[in-house]
Amino acid sequence: MAATFHGVGATVAALSSSSSSSSPSNSFGSKKLLSSPSRSFSVRKRASFTMVRSEGSMNFDLNSKGRRAQQLIANAVATKADSSPASSSSKPGHELLLFEALREGLEEEMERDPRVCVMGEDVGHYGGSYKVTKGLATKFGDLRVLDTPIAENSFTGMGIGAAMTGLRPVVEGMNMGFLLLAFNQISNNCGMLHYTSGGQFTIPIVIRGPGGVGRQLGAEHSQRLESYFQSIPGIQMVACSTPYNAKGLMKAAIRSENPVILFEHVLLYNLKERIPDEDYICNLEEAEMVRPGEHVTILTYSRMRYHVMQAAKTLVNKGYDPEVIDIRSLKPFDLYTIGNSVKKTHRVLIVEECMRTGGIGASLIAAITENFNDYLDAPIMCLSSQDVPTPYAGTLEEWTVVQPAQIVAAVEQLCQ
Amino acid sequence: MALSRLASSSSRSADLLKPLCSAISLRRPISTDTTPITVETSVPFTSHQCDTPSRSVQTNAKELFTFFRDMALMRRMEIAADSLYKAKLIRGFCHLYDGQEAVAVGMEAAITKKDCIITAYRDHCTFVSRGGTLLEVFAELMGRQAGCSRGKGGSMHFYKKDSNFYGGHGIVGAQVPLGCGLAFAQKYSKDEAVTFALYGDGAANQGQLFEALNISALWDLPAILVCENNHYGMGTAEWRAAKSPAYYKRGDYAPGLKVDGMDAFAVKQACTFAKEHALKNGPIRGKSLSLVEAIKLTSSCSVCCAYMQILEMDTYRYHGHSMSDPGSTYRTRDEITGVRQERDPVERIRKLILSHDLATEKELKDIEKEIRKEVDDAIAQAKENPLPESSELFTNVYAKGLGVESFGADRKEVRAILP
Repeated sequence: MAATFHGVGATVAALSSSSSSSSPSNSFGSKKLLSSPSRSFSVRKRASFTMVRSEGSMNFDLNSKGRRAQQLIANAVATKADSSPASSSSKPGHELLLFEALREGLEEEMERDPRVCVMGEDVGHYGGSYKVTKGLATKFGDLRVLDTPIAENSFTGMGIGAAMTGLRPVVEGMNMGFLLLAFNQISNNCGMLHYTSGGQFTIPIVIRGPGGVGRQLGAEHSQRLESYFQSIPGIQMVACSTPYNAKGLMKAAIRSENPVILFEHVLLYNLKERIPDEDYICNLEEAEMVRPGEHVTILTYSRMRYHVMQAAKTLVNKGYDPEVIDIRSLKPFDLYTIGNSVKKTHRVLIVEECMRTGGIGASLIAAITENFNDYLDAPIMCLSSQDVPTPYAGTLEEWTVVQPAQIVAAVEQLCQ
Repeated sequence: MALSRLASSSSRSADLLKPLCSAISLRRPISTDTTPITVETSVPFTSHQCDTPSRSVQTNAKELFTFFRDMALMRRMEIAADSLYKAKLIRGFCHLYDGQEAVAVGMEAAITKKDCIITAYRDHCTFVSRGGTLLEVFAELMGRQAGCSRGKGGSMHFYKKDSNFYGGHGIVGAQVPLGCGLAFAQKYSKDEAVTFALYGDGAANQGQLFEALNISALWDLPAILVCENNHYGMGTAEWRAAKSPAYYKRGDYAPGLKVDGMDAFAVKQACTFAKEHALKNGPIRGKSLSLVEAIKLTSSCSVCCAYMQILEMDTYRYHGHSMSDPGSTYRTRDEITGVRQERDPVERIRKLILSHDLATEKELKDIEKEIRKEVDDAIAQAKENPLPESSELFTNVYAKGLGVESFGADRKEVRAILP
């Protein structure tokens, strides 16, 4: 079975031929190229990167950008951006798993500021169903790490109320899907109180929890709530994907005066990485450059980042040079980083785990088209999950989310 | 002696063995005897705003054996599911019911298939008691086509429409308003049937529970809210989650009954009582009363005034909350073994059968062996069953025969054929 996105099996040969003339084989681009003179400039620009491809070996032209791309290929699944403040050598720092990084961030913030407290189901004595709050109750006490009854609507509301007075609660939803029960509190109170009170109250709350499609957890426990929350005015949304940014985003979210929803993913908790010993935070509104490239911008977040990086290995072997950006900030989008990338590559592929209808990808397409339409050589392609409840059967569940093969096919089609 | 010699020889002799066996057991036609036996429930009932049913329950040998068989089957099934989970044939979430079998079996004995049952995610045994087959259970747990939800639901989504079993729900407490809806429909269509909406002690603290209590009482819905109190809501003990763990009193104006959920006969008695009360209590509320009459009625309360009632089943689960929870971080192993020794529902029936001299130890063990084989056969059959077709991904999203297309908001057909 071939993916529908798998076009004409775009090969490098087609690519190199298209780079030297306006490409008839690119069904998306051809019309646009003919119609807008500004774009022909970009075609000529691209033509300077002729690529010689052979199986297995990666020869690029001697352009410095190509050389950097060559350096990074060994780290095609890089988890740290080149420009990260942490040192790139692996000696300093300590290694830990993502849930431990979240715990470290939380613990450091709780030590730093006595107003930070945690509330959620089984967070205290049990240690958290994903062990993010393990040991914190023994250290900080039962009130600061509060075990709540199974009553999401009320304890989320309680957290928001406490935040109105100046406390800084971190509310954990055992699974993001349960926060649907607290939607009213999050939408109407958390998001709006700063506005409706004319600025009197700030709500420095962090709402966090794992979501996303896991391993056969069933329909109700595999929800992606970022699409539902994104239109709530007044909140910020971030999605972590590596231990480094998990800790950084957790700390930044706690320090932020605005309500932040931190999306974690059920399948990413056991990722291991070496992170710096010193104190650091990640900017809440910044995207992360995972892999600089030239041919296509791939925007992704959370678990799909890993599917994209897996596809990137294949793409690189096929001679493509994808630029992979982990957008991290789901609301607001980091249009600065994204825009610069679009201006460079002129092709955008969004890979997300949200549903096709009304997901983050849909909003991102609108934002990019509105702001960077002139720089696009092809319509933006968006790969999302199917608009179906997540089935239990393993094979069906696999087909619900985007797989690396589909990403490869999409890039090939986009880069025709 | 003659028997054992025959037993050790070839299969031909097994045929010989059968008539001999039945000849011997003819003196006690154990499985069909309906002469009444009276048993006492383990503890008296505690009630709130109503009378307590009698502690003496009428039963017979046939029912005793049915209870034993059904509970032993459920126990075996859950233990088998445990092994399958550890072998990674079942994945995701798996919430096991062993220890709580008496609730499912006792309830089923008190009602008919016209009455509705709705429960949460710990639903494997309730599904079986409503008539589900072992193959449907194991196939669904392993995500195969023969599963009751065609492999698309999983452990938390078992349903059986033809016997009025409405599931099977993952979100804590969300099934109770649905149960009110079932009762509403029964009242609307004058079905003369009731709904049992089951939930746990963790769910009892959900806001929607209190809303459900109010609307069921307000509209006199034939709903019986059953709290299966196994004393732990996921990893939190009931006293750490609830100010008042007397869940049967939460109805305030609505009658409540506290039942020993490890005693199938107590459960049966309570459910019979509840159903009778719910169906018979119409006329009083149906009439328009003067204010004085209404006050007199509510305060005298030897006759209950609301259809809706709460049954609290005091029960216990041996496994943790789910297979990913060891179940020992928030309770001691001594507690678990203590309950298993003193209150185990299957053992209780076994002792009753033995004390009434209805069968020997060996015969009961034989029944258990038979059950084991039945379960193993069902598992083997389920393992052979195929996984769903990829086109199944898009079926049953909508009910209008839209085939395998999946529609987003833009009505554009998206059909993903995957490599």
